Amino acid sequence: MASEMTSSAYISHHLTNLTFGAHPENGLSFAQTAQEAAEMGFWAIHVDTMLWSVGLGMFFIWMFRKVAKTATSGVPGSTQNFVETIIEFVEDNVTSIFHYKNALIAPLALTIFVWVFLMNTMDLVPVDWLPFLAQKIGEAFGADPHHVYMKVVPTTDINATLGMAFAVFALIIYYSIKMKGVGGFLAELAFQPLGKWLLPFNLFLEIVGLLAKPVSLALRLFGNMYAGEMIFILIALLPFWAQWLLSVPWAIFHILVITLQAFIFMVLTIVYLAMAHEDH
Amino acid sequence: MNINLTIIGQIIAFAFFVVFCMKYVWPPITGALAERKKKIAEGLDAADRAQRDLELAQEKAMSDMRKSKEEAAAVIEQANKRANQIVDEAKEKAREEAERLVTAAQAEIDQEANRAKEALRSQVAALVVAGAEKILEASVDADAHAQLVEKLAAEL
Repeated sequence: MASEMTSSAYISHHLTNLTFGAHPENGLSFAQTAQEAAEMGFWAIHVDTMLWSVGLGMFFIWMFRKVAKTATSGVPGSTQNFVETIIEFVEDNVTSIFHYKNALIAPLALTIFVWVFLMNTMDLVPVDWLPFLAQKIGEAFGADPHHVYMKVVPTTDINATLGMAFAVFALIIYYSIKMKGVGGFLAELAFQPLGKWLLPFNLFLEIVGLLAKPVSLALRLFGNMYAGEMIFILIALLPFWAQWLLSVPWAIFHILVITLQAFIFMVLTIVYLAMAHEDH
Repeated sequence: MNINLTIIGQIIAFAFFVVFCMKYVWPPITGALAERKKKIAEGLDAADRAQRDLELAQEKAMSDMRKSKEEAAAVIEQANKRANQIVDEAKEKAREEAERLVTAAQAEIDQEANRAKEALRSQVAALVVAGAEKILEASVDADAHAQLVEKLAAEL
């Protein structure tokens, strides 16, 4: 495919989401170019991101629900064994970090870990396969294959990571207020770390710190996955016989990255929520 | 890199997955895990108990065996003693019987001898009388000399 277009066109094609939205001139439609997608502004949706993330989430739900339905305290089957290993891993992490009673935290951590891991794993699918398939399908439906975009790794879309981070942020605010009351929460923002005489400074520091939580959560995951994806795309620009020399080591290394990023997202979520429960 | 509606969609999807997980995935699986933990603990307990029971049973079996061995030994000893006693008794009885037989025989012999002596004596008396008659050519009044004859017979 790289031979059909310039390198930069190839890269930007791979970095453009399949966007559907209200274009100021073309009305409700799929964006034909990255430019058009940008022009759609907020009222557009990344169909590929939604498709893959919801699909993978459904896979997670389906697999775990299947085990949950037949869960036995006797000898577990191989799937149950696998699922139990993940659940115990998550439970260990939650109980070692989070010392309050809250039925939401552990399932939340499990969902984040598995879902993010699955979304990240899409990075290991060779970069051209699914976009190529999508182009063929698009062609079959009468679309110009050059304008059919398909980004298969949802976590390389800032919307996906920010969406999760904002949801976590909402939980942080909710539990901060629930555990400490509005006054307690505001006091925490205003009177720390330097006492009440430096209130404006404290307020500034704490609000920045608070806002940094979701932003760092989202950007860390997004940045890592985006960079990893970018390198796969760059490797794909090499002649086909030389690609494996770089893509294989990078993919192997990436197995570590995708697991680690899923783990970090989960652990930081637990830590932030534990901090939200903490009363000073 | 455009921030758009996708972010809302993601939040909704995320919330759905978390709630589903919290309601339908987490509780059954952790429940099964907790139950298995309990089962395993119970199983280990039962194994310990069984081990202890086994040891007790073995001890009891050993002591029972020792006791029955002792009993058997006592019975054998008693039987031996009894057997010896019976043999001794039999020996004693046999000896007594033999003695009795010997004594009876002796008595009979004595009696027989006496009787022979008596017969002999009376015959000797008659012989003496007859002899004397022949010598004296006269009859001797047997009654008158009975005393004399008897004295003579007794001296034989």
